[in-house]
Amino acid sequence: MDTAYLIETIIKVVVILLIFSALAGIGTYFERKVLAFMQRRLGPMYVGPYGLLQVAADGIKLFTKEDIIPTNVVGPIFKIAPVITAATAFMAAAAIPFFPQFTVFGYTVHPIVADLNIGILYILGVMAVGLYGPLLGGMASANKFSLLSAARTAAVFISYEVVSGLAILAPIMMVGSLSLIDFNNYQAGGISDWIVWSQPVAFVLFWIAAFAETGRTPFHLIANDHEIIDGFGTEYSGMRWGLFFIGEYANMFFISFVIPLIFLGGYGDGSMLGALGLIAKVAFFFFFFLWTRAAWPDVRPDQLMWLCWKVLMPLAVINVVITGFVMMF
Amino acid sequence: MKMEQFNDRNVADNGYFLVDIEDYPTDGWGKFKRVVKRTFRAELFVGLWVVLREMIKFDIHTVQYPEEKLPIGPRYRAVHEMKRLWESDAERCIGCGLCEKICISDCIRMDTKIDENSRKEVTEYTINLGRCIFCGYCAEVCPELAITHGGEYEQASEQREHFVDYAYMLTPLDKMKAGTQMEFEGFGAITPHEDERVKKTPLAY
Repeated sequence: MDTAYLIETIIKVVVILLIFSALAGIGTYFERKVLAFMQRRLGPMYVGPYGLLQVAADGIKLFTKEDIIPTNVVGPIFKIAPVITAATAFMAAAAIPFFPQFTVFGYTVHPIVADLNIGILYILGVMAVGLYGPLLGGMASANKFSLLSAARTAAVFISYEVVSGLAILAPIMMVGSLSLIDFNNYQAGGISDWIVWSQPVAFVLFWIAAFAETGRTPFHLIANDHEIIDGFGTEYSGMRWGLFFIGEYANMFFISFVIPLIFLGGYGDGSMLGALGLIAKVAFFFFFFLWTRAAWPDVRPDQLMWLCWKVLMPLAVINVVITGFVMMF
Repeated sequence: MKMEQFNDRNVADNGYFLVDIEDYPTDGWGKFKRVVKRTFRAELFVGLWVVLREMIKFDIHTVQYPEEKLPIGPRYRAVHEMKRLWESDAERCIGCGLCEKICISDCIRMDTKIDENSRKEVTEYTINLGRCIFCGYCAEVCPELAITHGGEYEQASEQREHFVDYAYMLTPLDKMKAGTQMEFEGFGAITPHEDERVKKTPLAY
């Protein structure tokens, strides 16, 4: 391991961390605006032009708020829980190729922190660890609503994991690799090569599981404000709560990268156009997260488990079996 | 806005109809069929289209309150005003004290004296807005249409006992000169076309 590689990796880590922390903030701005427009409102308008500096105002507020540890909470777990959510979200980003490789001053940059040969497994696994944040935070909070939220987190946890894992198994069988770069190269031939055409069921299943994974609206039951206050976030304030928030939005962005990389051709052949195409796809998937929040109702925890175990998992298994037969013969 | 549709109580032929709701399935096969039907009828996309349509139409209904304000009705009962006579710009209030008497929350307090022209004159007149329930009785009872309600509804105060006095409520003279004093159309006001409707008292009573 030479020094250049080390420096390059550190720079990449810092850049990803900075960009996606900022994006998480700007994501909240987009979410407010999009939701507002869909509900015939204006959204934030006061801080800065068209409310653009609202993100900065919220950031200042979160950073300068008092860090309150309530009396009866389990201190260490309560303190570490938001860090788990935020840290795992960013750790998952290590195996995501955000761009095709490009050359700067004769130096070839691979915009991926670590091209693991088990990339997808790593991403799904680490993202799933992020759910320990709500789980531990909710259980340590000494608050009934937080406890309900923790129980729901466990329910979500055991439900969607099966679906996302089995759904992604079929594309993995086709590509024969777990690295996202291999996935991308498999589909580099153009739109007709996209895995979504041969694996539409897996695509839809993984997309649905992504909603459960990020806890977005149809499956927003972990922190449903109108049922259980803010769930695991009830006792949190200031930057600890902000870390939960950053983790959630960073997760949304990363899963919006993963879905196109696996199913929709990623950055294609590695040209500038392909890179812009990937950004467009990510933007669409992120927008879709906001879109569904404006349009769809939330499901109950039992409905989520019913959906995942009785509908989606059998479909995923059938999909895997059919894919296997098709590949065998 | 036409009021007929609200006053018409005959709902039978008014476009009302019974919503056609199927019975809930009771057996497993029926439930399965319902799930399949709902899945492939793409009901979820109807909702997606509705919100996207509203976003594209961009028909924003927000009123950016401190900068923009909704118009309020002329009968709105906000902070009181004291009107002047159109003919002489003199104060309409004759100090009769009826408003103080009728006020059900006891928020009006007035002092009067006889001035040099042997007319009653108001010396002190305050309304405790913290007590006032803006019922409009004072405006209704006023024989001179002097005390009325105005449209000023922004009354922030640092304490509950927030008073307005006579000078505050009285129409300023320059406004009077400009002829911009607004008559109150609510309780106690003269109804439109009052002249045509009034019947003369027969002299041979």
